[in-house]
Amino acid sequence: MSSNTLTATGYINHHLQNLTFGQLPGDRGWGLAHTASEAKAMGFWAINVDTMFWSIALGVLFLWAFRKAARRATAETPTGLLNFVEWVIEFIDDNVRGSFSHKNDLIAPLALTLFVWVLLMNTMDLVPIDWIPGIAKWLGIEYMKVVPTTDPNATFGMAFGVFALTLFYSIKVKGPLGFAAELTMQPFQADNKALKVLFIPINFFLEFVSLVAKPISLSLRLFGNLFAGEMIFILIALLFSGGIALALVGGILQWAWAVFHILIVLLQAFIFMTLTIVYLEMAHSHH
Amino acid sequence: MNINATLIGQTIAFAVFVWFCMKFVWPPIVTALNERKARITEGLAAAEQGRQEKAAAEQQALKVTDEAKSQAQEILRRAERREAEVIEEAKVAARVEGERIVAAARSEIDKEVNTARETLRKQVAALAVVGAEQILGREVDSQAHSQLLDELATQL
Repeated sequence: MSSNTLTATGYINHHLQNLTFGQLPGDRGWGLAHTASEAKAMGFWAINVDTMFWSIALGVLFLWAFRKAARRATAETPTGLLNFVEWVIEFIDDNVRGSFSHKNDLIAPLALTLFVWVLLMNTMDLVPIDWIPGIAKWLGIEYMKVVPTTDPNATFGMAFGVFALTLFYSIKVKGPLGFAAELTMQPFQADNKALKVLFIPINFFLEFVSLVAKPISLSLRLFGNLFAGEMIFILIALLFSGGIALALVGGILQWAWAVFHILIVLLQAFIFMTLTIVYLEMAHSHH
Repeated sequence: MNINATLIGQTIAFAVFVWFCMKFVWPPIVTALNERKARITEGLAAAEQGRQEKAAAEQQALKVTDEAKSQAQEILRRAERREAEVIEEAKVAARVEGERIVAAARSEIDKEVNTARETLRKQVAALAVVGAEQILGREVDSQAHSQLLDELATQL
């Protein structure tokens, strides 16, 4: 808990604050924000060190483990880690084959990376919420949010990556004109020339909204689910300071919510991956 | 919970991870998986082929034993036929031989009978001469009566 606020609001706010590095207000140079308002004042050119650290650490962990398995990959009987990795890869491959019908060597590794990475980041939510921030506090670090997917920066970052790929392949596969036609010539179609021209702005408005809605919904879905889960863990954790009876109830609730949360952790990672595949499939197919 | 440059950092991290995965993780594992799949398919095909070959060999073995059996029967039948033939031949030969022996014996007997008859004739002639000499009291000139005696002998 924060040293200056022992109230419930303070506790919650503290847990929702990233460790932000940026230009401190009042010409104090670059450094870590010590309060939420300081972090806010840093504006866009600041970085959430905890989000970056945990997401990169988990991504590296994923790639290290899978690379280790890939080095040992043979056509012989697989054992241990390789067996597990092959199981994951076949699961991803099945999913990609199921929803993606074109030839693109990027899609399957992209889906694998998204699924495992998001899954690992979500899984951080199952670590009791005060453990890592407690250690960080002991080491002198004020804020520490360990679940990168509860930071919209992380989910939007991935969604923008997916969005950029969607645009890239839309233009690559259909050509700039084909893509433009897709944005303006439907859903309203007409044989009459004048009507056609009239429909262009309407179609474009509708299609543009649906195009932009994809990455936003993709990232907000993941963020919202994980943020809500984290929030409930924080609220349950408040019970621990309310006496032995409440702490006991809190313990049971935390366990129950964690068990339920395993489902959300897995499901959200899966949904993020599947929707990415679907969006890219749409980018590859002509209407 | 502010949107800040972390967004860019995350996008870059994401891009690098995907690139690494596409370059160094996915291909070797999928290659190994496909290779194993091919190997299993091959193994199954080989097993199937082996099974078919075994069935064919069994068929072949059956055919060979059948042939051998029929050959043996053929040989047996031929041997039996030959046996019958040999026996038949032997029978014929024995009959011919027997007939020959009988014929020889018969001619021998005939010869013996003739000889005996000749001898007997001669002896009877001599006896008749002796008898006549005694009856007549004188010697019969055998030269002179030889014709008579011979006639007599022939009549005997």
